[in-house]
Amino acid sequence: MTWLTWRQSRAQTIAAGAALAVLAIVLAVTGPNLAHLYDSSGIATCHPFATCHTLADTFGNKLSKLDIVLYCIGLGVLLLAPGLIGVFWGAPLVTREIEARTFPLAWNQGVTRTRWMAVKVGLVGLLAMATAGLLSLMVTWWSSPIDTSLSLGTTSGINLTRLGPTLFDSRDITPIGYAAVAFAAGVTAGVLIRRTVPAMAATLAAFAAVQVAWPIWIRQHLIAPVHTVVALNPANVYQVKGVNNSLIISAVPDFTQPGAWVLSSQIVDQSGHAAHVAAPQVCFGSNFQACHAYIGRLHLRQVVAYEPASRFWDFQWSETAIFLALALALGGFCTWWIRRHIT
Amino acid sequence: MAAVIETRGLGKRYGSRWALADCTLSIPSGQVVGLVGPNGAGKTTLLHLATGLLAPTTGTIEVAGGQPAISAAQLARVGFVAQDTPAYAGLSIADHLRLGAHLNPGWDARLARDRIRKLGLDRGQKAGKLSGGQRAQLALTLAVAKRPELLILDEPIASLDPLARREFLQSLADFIAEHQVSVVMSSHLVSDLERVCDYVIVLVASRVQVAGQVGDLLAAHHKLTGRPVSLEDLVLAYMSRAAAPGGETELEVPR
Repeated sequence: MTWLTWRQSRAQTIAAGAALAVLAIVLAVTGPNLAHLYDSSGIATCHPFATCHTLADTFGNKLSKLDIVLYCIGLGVLLLAPGLIGVFWGAPLVTREIEARTFPLAWNQGVTRTRWMAVKVGLVGLLAMATAGLLSLMVTWWSSPIDTSLSLGTTSGINLTRLGPTLFDSRDITPIGYAAVAFAAGVTAGVLIRRTVPAMAATLAAFAAVQVAWPIWIRQHLIAPVHTVVALNPANVYQVKGVNNSLIISAVPDFTQPGAWVLSSQIVDQSGHAAHVAAPQVCFGSNFQACHAYIGRLHLRQVVAYEPASRFWDFQWSETAIFLALALALGGFCTWWIRRHIT
Repeated sequence: MAAVIETRGLGKRYGSRWALADCTLSIPSGQVVGLVGPNGAGKTTLLHLATGLLAPTTGTIEVAGGQPAISAAQLARVGFVAQDTPAYAGLSIADHLRLGAHLNPGWDARLARDRIRKLGLDRGQKAGKLSGGQRAQLALTLAVAKRPELLILDEPIASLDPLARREFLQSLADFIAEHQVSVVMSSHLVSDLERVCDYVIVLVASRVQVAGQVGDLLAAHHKLTGRPVSLEDLVLAYMSRAAAPGGETELEVPR
């Protein structure tokens, strides 16, 4: 069964291997330069935090166009790869046997249908995970100087942290879990729908929904966030609105913890309750400074909910474990389903 | 004689339609059995139930002493050539033989090699490039080289031209002559089966109309009508009786 699985997935394995090799060469050629630029930027040893900020800015300006393009490509490839694996490896795994009507041939050899399915899902699933893992390994290594500098924040306002929604699922080990679950979802769609193209579409839709919903609504609940209270800095207020005679203030919290993933912040008064501020006339004119001064006199605070950067690996492991468990459950379901429901 | 296929009240329903109903059969082993019936009569359903590709809705079926496809050992006892004789279009003939060798514990590599050589097929040829007749021969090779106790063929020659048909039946007959094997082969054409079969089952409208030794059936009708009948005429008579409105009427064998 191992031989047949290998023989049937040989073309896709070679294609994936070739794509990985090309990417590896490009990254290996450009990576050392980037690492050197980073080493000479002084970011690695900077102190205090405020000077890091400037160094990161300088480093960012020195990056070549090619570096920036490659960085974005690496990010895109890792965000797309699990979905593509699900669509092109997962969904057709069983449907192509059904559509080419080869399943009676496959299922009347001296191998039970359960074993046939378990070996196919297991081996191709491992292949999917290995592909995503290698991809992530290369891109994570290459991108780490830029990731570090971005997490320090730049004056242009870009602040990507490794724990944040954009980078987290395209770095280190999470892509392995994502690839496994996307592949298993593809196989599941295939055995339930039985036709390749609709199964591909369903896989893509389902996986994209998970990829979007997970960082927005679910990831933060894996480990309870830390809450901290900081004084509201009137200089950080970027919007004020008057609603029903009370003032709605939006401000960036005066919170400097490098790499933290800030989930939310709420403005409270000195006793810790949600702030209700009467809207003064001064905030509806053109004199923002007067309004800021007014806000400053209120001595408001902000409660910040965040996940510290030190939790990066806790999140990586727990998220990968959850996705691998989910993939295993889907694989088991497919193996069970195919035994009784597909002919 | 031990039964190679034994069914009791076997039925398969799709939604509200019974593809096979109330089928009780005992097919003796060591026979070449023809399963005849018009298109849509339930032949494929019965054969898929026998291979374990389908699970029955009602009743039981035992094949070569076991529940179909229940284990690797059971799968090894039954060789199956499915309708339209499928093969992996992207794999070569040699790949198919390797597939057979890897997946079947009782694989007879020499038999497979010899058959392919005798057929004059190029081992490197992709199955997708084979003619219908060649693909059917490849499918038959895979099914026989696992050395089954029972060989099941589902309309293997329905889509072949007359020459390929004759060659297929000849190579099947050669295999049967050389090896101890029971065979069940379906067709909607009696003429295909007449030459090779010694047992016949007529299946019409999801129900078994008659099952028995060809010789016995012909002799019984000879006695009854006082004149010899051909298998084809007899089968057609059973088919038209089943299709007639009002159900059971007298069997009319055409002159």
